[in-house]
Amino acid sequence: MSLLSVKDLTVTLATGSGDAQAVRNLSFDVGHGEILGIAGESGSGKTMTALSLLGLLPYKGRASGSINFNGREILASTKREYRDLRGKEIAMIFQDPMTSLHPMLTIEVQLTEHLLHHRKVSKEAARKVALDLLATVKIPDPAAALTAHPTQFSGGMRQRIAIASALACEPKLLIADEPTTALDVTVQAGILKLLHQLRNDRKLSVMVITHDLGVLSSLTDRILIMYAGSEVESGPTSEILKNARHPYTKGLIAALPGKVKSASKNLTSIEGMPPELGNFPRGCAFHPRCIHAVDSCKNDLPGSLQISASHRIFCPVNPFLSSKEGDK
Amino acid sequence: MKLNLLKSSNKPKNSESIWRQPLAVVGIGIIATWTFLAVFAPWIAPFDPNAQDADKFLSPSSVHWMGTDELNRDIWSRIVYGARISLPYSILLVFLSATLGSIVGAISGYAGGKVDSFLMRVTDIFFAFPGIVLAMAVAAALGPQIRNAVIAITIVAWPVYARLVRGLILNAKQNDYVTASALLGSSSRRTMFVDLRPNLSGPVFVLASLEVGNALLLLSGLSFLGLGAQPPTAEWGAMVSMGAANFDRWWVGLFPGLAILTAVLAFNFIGDALRDALDPRTAKALRD
Amino acid sequence: MEPVLGKQGLKKRLLSGTGFTPFIVRRLLTSILLVIGVTFISFTITQLVPGDPVAANLGQSAYSDPAIVAAFEKEFGLDQPVPVQYIKYLGNLLQGDFGVSLSSKRPVIEDLREYFPATLEIAAVAVFLSFFVGLFLGIVSAITRDKLPDQIIRVFSLTGVSMPAFWTALTAFYIFFFVLGWAPGTGRLEPGGEPPANVTGLFTIDALIAGDFDTFKQAFSYLLLPAMVLAIYAIGVLTRFTRASILEILGNDYVRAARAKGLPEYLVIRRHVLRPALLSIITVAGVAFASLLAGSVLVENVFSWPGLGQYAYRAAIGLDLPGIMGVSMVVATVYIFMNLLVDILYRVIDPQMKDSK
Repeated sequence: MSLLSVKDLTVTLATGSGDAQAVRNLSFDVGHGEILGIAGESGSGKTMTALSLLGLLPYKGRASGSINFNGREILASTKREYRDLRGKEIAMIFQDPMTSLHPMLTIEVQLTEHLLHHRKVSKEAARKVALDLLATVKIPDPAAALTAHPTQFSGGMRQRIAIASALACEPKLLIADEPTTALDVTVQAGILKLLHQLRNDRKLSVMVITHDLGVLSSLTDRILIMYAGSEVESGPTSEILKNARHPYTKGLIAALPGKVKSASKNLTSIEGMPPELGNFPRGCAFHPRCIHAVDSCKNDLPGSLQISASHRIFCPVNPFLSSKEGDK
Repeated sequence: MKLNLLKSSNKPKNSESIWRQPLAVVGIGIIATWTFLAVFAPWIAPFDPNAQDADKFLSPSSVHWMGTDELNRDIWSRIVYGARISLPYSILLVFLSATLGSIVGAISGYAGGKVDSFLMRVTDIFFAFPGIVLAMAVAAALGPQIRNAVIAITIVAWPVYARLVRGLILNAKQNDYVTASALLGSSSRRTMFVDLRPNLSGPVFVLASLEVGNALLLLSGLSFLGLGAQPPTAEWGAMVSMGAANFDRWWVGLFPGLAILTAVLAFNFIGDALRDALDPRTAKALRD
Repeated sequence: MEPVLGKQGLKKRLLSGTGFTPFIVRRLLTSILLVIGVTFISFTITQLVPGDPVAANLGQSAYSDPAIVAAFEKEFGLDQPVPVQYIKYLGNLLQGDFGVSLSSKRPVIEDLREYFPATLEIAAVAVFLSFFVGLFLGIVSAITRDKLPDQIIRVFSLTGVSMPAFWTALTAFYIFFFVLGWAPGTGRLEPGGEPPANVTGLFTIDALIAGDFDTFKQAFSYLLLPAMVLAIYAIGVLTRFTRASILEILGNDYVRAARAKGLPEYLVIRRHVLRPALLSIITVAGVAFASLLAGSVLVENVFSWPGLGQYAYRAAIGLDLPGIMGVSMVVATVYIFMNLLVDILYRVIDPQMKDSK
């Protein structure tokens, strides 16, 4: 039994021109101690997926479908049930540690406030936990860090602090939304290593959301690619990287700077722009940018097709093409 | 307060049409009603607004819905005619101060450097100035007349527009399209008026709509103090003033005051809705 | 230990340094420049306009007598060239001399000493009231966004800023004095009432200092209604501002992060939202206080409240230049130094804040 099992998740947001579906019929699982990567361009619905797990959708947003966490349906939770879940069972870290830590509160408050609330421990005990956590995420001089404010730390250090804060109540699932995007390249590797280590040491399940396939390739067990709110392909990381079948995934991989050998000789990019929320094309949302698109792509929603037991794509055309003649 | 256009606001976008906001619709309805009354005043008002006779202070009745004043003039008729003063003059006032302020702001933002800091210091001073005291002094000095009250308030009211326009221009100057147009060799004046104007007119219009209510309040305030419209002109603020002098006859001051309140409230409803309909970043610039 | 600096070095440090003292010195200098600017503008405007202060202050018959006119002009320095008048005025100002009022024929500083505390008293009570009411309503409005309480509060606060103050004053006076008899009437004390020994000029405070509780009660009951009328506008402003700034902060990542921790909503609001919002709300309250000083003109008129507004009104009608400038100076100074105070407060509360501008 997976720790998290999402079925047919649909997220509807209110936009200027009425309601729009940001996530459409998304299904995926995260196993115990597994790291799942969700990749897609901005606007593909990956962040809304994460927020719907915590019941933190933006104003006037709503989710439908089913989210089973640890054997329990949580999508229909009350506000109170969600509060008991957040921080304690499912923790989240955000893209920009410059803005996700409160600029006016000390590190101690931000590391312990949810611990004090969820676990009803004493202030001293909470402080001890905070010190341990800061050591775990390798903050130098944890004691001094406790009384400091976030502005006194660099971006990488702040993201470590945010991770420490997320771990305070020993959650079962950690959602990391673009955890390295706002950081310098040199710092990124350190954060990824830390996440990997936490999974190994703590049997933590992690869901990493990013637009950068490169981040996922070194970190995740499995990858799910999203486009315009829907899954286009998912499977084990190595399988996806070596044997991507969906034209969109192939494009993403071809655009990876480090992966020249598996795709073409030159860096490529996918023609066109991702669609905006509320303007998703009919049929397969990717068809206007797809070089393989046929007439049926314009009208019919693509069904899922198993490539192997753990690898599937949502594309009616591609399987019939031989994987060698990529461009016809 | 500082204009901060560069910092993006995370407020969710709310660009619903103002017709879908009930308060805005109410506001438009009220203003439409007042406009109708103003335009067709001679046919709507049951009495000549300045007709007097020997009686005075008749309380509201079926003949005089809102009673009569000290000179037995019909208050309802005077309110209807008063709409011909208050509404057009407040709009004129806002138009004048928006024009003046936009010009100062545009020069400041576009010239930059010493000109900019000088003009902005001047704007700061006008901001620090107690508006109504200045308006009172100017109105008194020019002579109590509605026209002079308009001039006085314009002198007080332009700085908000100057700050807004300067901020918008500074922001837009960093945008690529202005750079691009400069690279293509268009003169700076052309850049300023042709390329930037569409980006400025929206926010300035919204600010102006938010300010019409304030203008109406200040204008009727000056008239209340005897520094605006002069007798026997039917003007709402001056009518409330007569009510203040005879406060035991409640109807004399109550109804003209309600007229001011409804008109100002309606303008504010509309201005608020327009601001919400703008994109959040500009809306933030307007709020600060 | 501070290194010893030459005079130049010290000057440079104070004007361009980034520390706390240089910041205050710099802001103080700007503030003083602004105050001088205010005197200049009010002087210019009152000079440029065609009104004749001599005609405004002398009766018809006196005005037709050249000797009286000349004597009047000489007495008030009106016979000198305008720039000389201005320089002289500034010089006197430095010595605390605001000139002699043309209408009351007394030194303006004495007039201000008498009238300013009266306005200060109602404005202070009004700001105190509106700060708490506005904060409360703004918070409720923001956290119930678009639900019924929010809708009601928004219409209410918008009505507050749309009410003509003079009319509100009149209506409140009619209802609470004339109909209900709850409010005591116009003025600061009952007719013939003896003001307490003058210490601060605020009757309530002075009465407390003198230990005279009857006078305190009386002074307080007289100021309550004008203060409440004055507060209505400020409540509207503060409610709207509080709502807007809370909604903006609610959109911040750190609030989302606080919610992701599963904190109860009251804690999220109190600790993560209100704290940063409070700074800007205090700023607006400070500025609102200064504008209430000026805005009291219309309210004082209805309540015959012998304050700055009434004085300004009389000065304006009488083209009493020293009087107008005195009032402008006081109100502008309060406004400018309120801003200064708030800026300093920002730095103290949040040392990370960058020097604005």
